[in-house]
Amino acid sequence: MPRNWLIPVVLLIVAVALPFVVPTYYVQFISKALIMGILAMALNLAVGHGGMVSLCHAAFFGLAGYVLALLSPGYDPASLLLTLPVAVLASAAAALVIGALALRTRGVYFIMVTLAFGEMLFFLFHDTGIAGGSDGAYVNAKPELSIAGYQLLDLASPLVFYFVILAFLLGLIALLTMVVQSPFGHALAAARDNERRARSLGYPIFRIRLTAFVLSGAIAGIAGYFAAAQFGFVAPQMLGWHLSATVLVMVLIGGLRSVTGPLIGALVLIGLEEVLKASTDYWKLIEGLIVIFIVLAMPNGVRQLWPMIVGPAKDSDTKPATTAATEATHV
Amino acid sequence: MSDVALRANGLQKHFGGLKAVSDVSIDVHVGEIHAVIGPNGAGKSTLINLLSGELFVTAGAIKLGDTDITRLAPDRRARRGLGRAYQKTTIFPKFTVHENVRLAAQARSPKPLRMFGHVRNNADVHDRTAQAIGKAGLTPRTHIAAEQLSHGEQRQLEIAMVLATDPRIILLDEPLAGMGQSEARGIIDLIASLKNGRAVLIVEHDMDAVFELADRLTVMHDGHVIATGSPQEVRMHPAVRTAYLGDHGDAA
Repeated sequence: MPRNWLIPVVLLIVAVALPFVVPTYYVQFISKALIMGILAMALNLAVGHGGMVSLCHAAFFGLAGYVLALLSPGYDPASLLLTLPVAVLASAAAALVIGALALRTRGVYFIMVTLAFGEMLFFLFHDTGIAGGSDGAYVNAKPELSIAGYQLLDLASPLVFYFVILAFLLGLIALLTMVVQSPFGHALAAARDNERRARSLGYPIFRIRLTAFVLSGAIAGIAGYFAAAQFGFVAPQMLGWHLSATVLVMVLIGGLRSVTGPLIGALVLIGLEEVLKASTDYWKLIEGLIVIFIVLAMPNGVRQLWPMIVGPAKDSDTKPATTAATEATHV
Repeated sequence: MSDVALRANGLQKHFGGLKAVSDVSIDVHVGEIHAVIGPNGAGKSTLINLLSGELFVTAGAIKLGDTDITRLAPDRRARRGLGRAYQKTTIFPKFTVHENVRLAAQARSPKPLRMFGHVRNNADVHDRTAQAIGKAGLTPRTHIAAEQLSHGEQRQLEIAMVLATDPRIILLDEPLAGMGQSEARGIIDLIASLKNGRAVLIVEHDMDAVFELADRLTVMHDGHVIATGSPQEVRMHPAVRTAYLGDHGDAA
């Protein structure tokens, strides 16, 4: 179906061409938006696909950023190949501990437990002397990607940084698409839709959910690492529930049932902020109203706009049951 | 005698002071349909939940073949060959018939939680899915969302999912509940076919169906077993006649 390929290909061409035609400020701005998109897609693996509404993903995000700050030697760049795995492992480990405890609860209790653990990590960095306490800490030089002293990529260049983010983003879309369509992904969705039935079929629900939660936390760590690298600064707010909630809004705007929906949600929300900030002092109020409108008008996310414009998709996985029924009777 | 698929010994379940099940022992043999009957509140559903692992016993032991499963969680029991269909239909409503059954077949495949490769690419799982759908008589409805099926078809789907997990013993909790005469006919024939190479334990209120299907009967009353035996023996049992069957014993 050519139409299904057309949109992603056009978007990819735009994404590759864009940094060559817009000013540096916007290259950095889009990099930031894509990083938030990675975070939103990570969160959606837990929320949309796993049915685990987490309010502590900012903690996994911020933790990885702090790992970069703590491992950066003074004014010299840290090694990306060394610090990125350490940062991601730290986030994954935090997700493993928090998930193992929080997944003993369900529903609103799960939300509250993740919120509590997230805030614990926030106050760990806010109220102790680790990396500057509430003042935060600087990451003075962007991490460098070099093998045996030879520099492969110069991350200090906004253009290179942008393409590194874009590469990670594309890799993540491929990874998540694969996971969602794999036996594991279907088991995860089954556990979300009917936990009791999935268990009686023989699925170890706790293990499935914990695996998804840790994977989700680890990817949030990748986003946090690059966010810290880009801003050159980490602060406890990176771990706070405000950010967790904002990312949750991105997921809701983008739609829970798709891999790339949350990315679109992130771009919409961050783009909206940028436009509104420039035009009015009351931008938060306007932004809130627009978000409410989007969620009410498009409960399945802004991705719904596309079928509204061009007619329903013909993809077999998403076709409504009624058309499936009529097709089946003709077999 | 044929080999015992499931053996429960001296099961007890207390909810606080309430003894829902007290001292129940039951054997279910391969190639045999074993029906559990009794008035409402006799403890039949509690018994099924104890056997499937959704409730843990207060006392007693459960063996699946030679394995003691008394302390195993429901998913572990399922992977050892215990399949269960529910009283209230508990399929995955948004998934198609095929996807529902495939999930069941996948649960018993060697690597049910692989993260690589599309779920459609496993030929063995696909074959077992198609087979189970065929056995349950749902082949023409394969690609319809489960929520679009009629009540009777949803029960067929339940059974197809249990079949796809390739169980040694199947627990059926009131498979005929809320079903019309003609719908029930199809399900009864389907249940009768299940005992080939498997053991079946069924809890059911429809006495005509029970006496038609069952090779052996266990009658429960107030959490106790008051009689066990062939349908003939149970029908003649004086305690059963007074406690439960009433006029129906003559009619059946």
